[in-house]
Amino acid sequence: MTTATGATEQESPYGVTAALRWAVTRDLKLALRSRAELGVQLLFYVIVVTLFPLASTPERTLLATMGPGVLWVAALLASLLSLPRLFASDFADGSLEQIALSPFPMPALVFGKILAHWLTTGLPMVVLAPLLGLQYGLDAPALAVITLSLLVGTPILSLLGAIGAALTLGVRGGGSLLALLILPLYVPVLIFGAGAADAYRAGLSVSANISLLGAGLLVALVGAPLATAAGIRIALD
Amino acid sequence: MNLYQFSSPATFYSLAGRLAPWFAWLATVCTVAGLWIGFGIAPTDFQQGEAYRIIFIHVPSAWLSMFLYLVMGFWSILALSFNTRLSAMMAQAIAPTGAIMTFIALWTGALWGRPTWGTYWAWDARMTSELILLFLYFGVMALRSAIDDPRRADRACAVLTIVGSVNIPIIYFSVQWWNTLHQGASVSLTAAPKMASIMLTGMLVMSFAAWFYAVAVTLWRVQAVILERERGAAWVADLPKVRGAAA
Amino acid sequence: MLAAQGLTARRGDATLFSGLGFAVQSGKVLVVTGPNGTGKTTLLRILAGLTLPAAGTIQWRGETVAQHAAPLREETLYAGHLTALKDELTAEENLRSLVSLSGIAPDEAALRAALASVALEAQRLLPARVLSQGQRRRIGLARLSLLQRPLWLLDEPATALDSTGLGLLGRLIAQQLAAGGAVIAATHQPLDLPPEAVDRLVLA
Repeated sequence: MTTATGATEQESPYGVTAALRWAVTRDLKLALRSRAELGVQLLFYVIVVTLFPLASTPERTLLATMGPGVLWVAALLASLLSLPRLFASDFADGSLEQIALSPFPMPALVFGKILAHWLTTGLPMVVLAPLLGLQYGLDAPALAVITLSLLVGTPILSLLGAIGAALTLGVRGGGSLLALLILPLYVPVLIFGAGAADAYRAGLSVSANISLLGAGLLVALVGAPLATAAGIRIALD
Repeated sequence: MNLYQFSSPATFYSLAGRLAPWFAWLATVCTVAGLWIGFGIAPTDFQQGEAYRIIFIHVPSAWLSMFLYLVMGFWSILALSFNTRLSAMMAQAIAPTGAIMTFIALWTGALWGRPTWGTYWAWDARMTSELILLFLYFGVMALRSAIDDPRRADRACAVLTIVGSVNIPIIYFSVQWWNTLHQGASVSLTAAPKMASIMLTGMLVMSFAAWFYAVAVTLWRVQAVILERERGAAWVADLPKVRGAAA
Repeated sequence: MLAAQGLTARRGDATLFSGLGFAVQSGKVLVVTGPNGTGKTTLLRILAGLTLPAAGTIQWRGETVAQHAAPLREETLYAGHLTALKDELTAEENLRSLVSLSGIAPDEAALRAALASVALEAQRLLPARVLSQGQRRRIGLARLSLLQRPLWLLDEPATALDSTGLGLLGRLIAQQLAAGGAVIAATHQPLDLPPEAVDRLVLA
């Protein structure tokens, strides 16, 4: 087909990979151009992790016990903080409408956005975790376990959180309401994620925890984009 | 009888009004019978003394709290699949009762724990899961009150309820995992090792009482929901009590 | 091409319209007019598939379609009140993003030509944040020129356009009609259209 100017265009198929590519590249570009916002969220993570010893005690053995849990809860809270921005801007300027009307499969577009969100919020936390874990006097194997658990677990936080973000689009009390809706769903991720480091400390095998997290990730990969797309359509109605 | 006629709020309103008093009576009878069995007939427990009798309220309310969430999930699936207003109204009417049952279960569980095991809250698997269930109920109720448009609220709460229902077994499993890891072979607060059959009968009767109560209250509440949401309709203006109030 | 029967829309407690029916043929423009609040935007959103009507059916090329059905999404173009522009992206990047979201991968030359045709050649590399309302809406016009869709749904397309912009809009609509497409436009302002191609739908 030809445009008004006579130039020919190529028609892309309405496939999943094309949808993913569109969503990920666009959202990454947008995120990198609002670098300050990303930096603030990461700083929040660092500050929360630093607050816990100040609130209790810098005593080494206690810190080592608390460490994995604190890193995980801080990751949870930082994730909650960043979730409203997943769809809010697109909702406000009308891009979300165009996404819903696109011939591309909507769950694929949504998954692309979630993936970009994790790359800019979850992955930096995973990378920082070993450094922050040193504050809690954790040894190298423990740090490795925590990092692995966060690597598998933070995508689940983004996926489940996206469902909440979609359901609370443009709703009063957005951020706190989102937290209330999503935190109960986060509990299993927290238990298995932080539990992995605990298992290591108790001398038990870590693989059970990580496998359960992995299974959860697979279920979330399939289910969350569908539920999120449904939530977005409901919000646009 | 064509059952589909009851899917309109107008016809269901009168049906609910006729059914609810029956369930209320059944609930009253069962409650009296159950409490008589639990507090009058059932023998004193060898290990726990008289304090155990609270299970006649605790266990039925806990069972019902989980059952009601699944029922809410059922109505939510109907609401999304068939886009019917009444299914969503039923889900809306169940939530507060489910939350109250959960709250009663938590409160009675704490009251039972204190004299029996020395602590109000012991972080055991079932009570912790029950607490998370309370948060799930609050979440659905909070979402509904935060969204102004009733139809959007219907569908958003339906999606949330279904996601929650799928997660409840996962949450329960994970909390139990966490609990066994950290407490080892401790006593489970809610499992009685061997129950006299009279105790089981008492719990069963109280469970029916709680269920009949929940049905009656839900039917009355759905009537209120229907009136509020259909207040512009002609049939509402024609109701005797509405006409009487307007006159 | 598109037909609707018995469309009913409610917002909250109020019924915006009920029992609405109409048909649109190729080569024609259906202009929807009416005072504020009569549901023009809601009607377009229903036709696009964003909003579920309280009652009624829509047929696309003779077949009844459900909300969010693939034929609707692949063959209609919806331009609503919101411009769907990201402040942080440049005019060209925004245009590329919107056009590729519709499934077409435009090349550089086509994008530049489209922007030039709406007099945005000089602003091509400026972030949308610094563009005026009129310039932002002209990016929307550039998008119209690049996408070939049988049906256009335009909500207040004349908003913020000066006389040049209005002229562009008129030309684009004329090209769409000439290519056998159709347009449904909700508008307050008169558009410069050949009268024989215009049908009117008045919501009251």
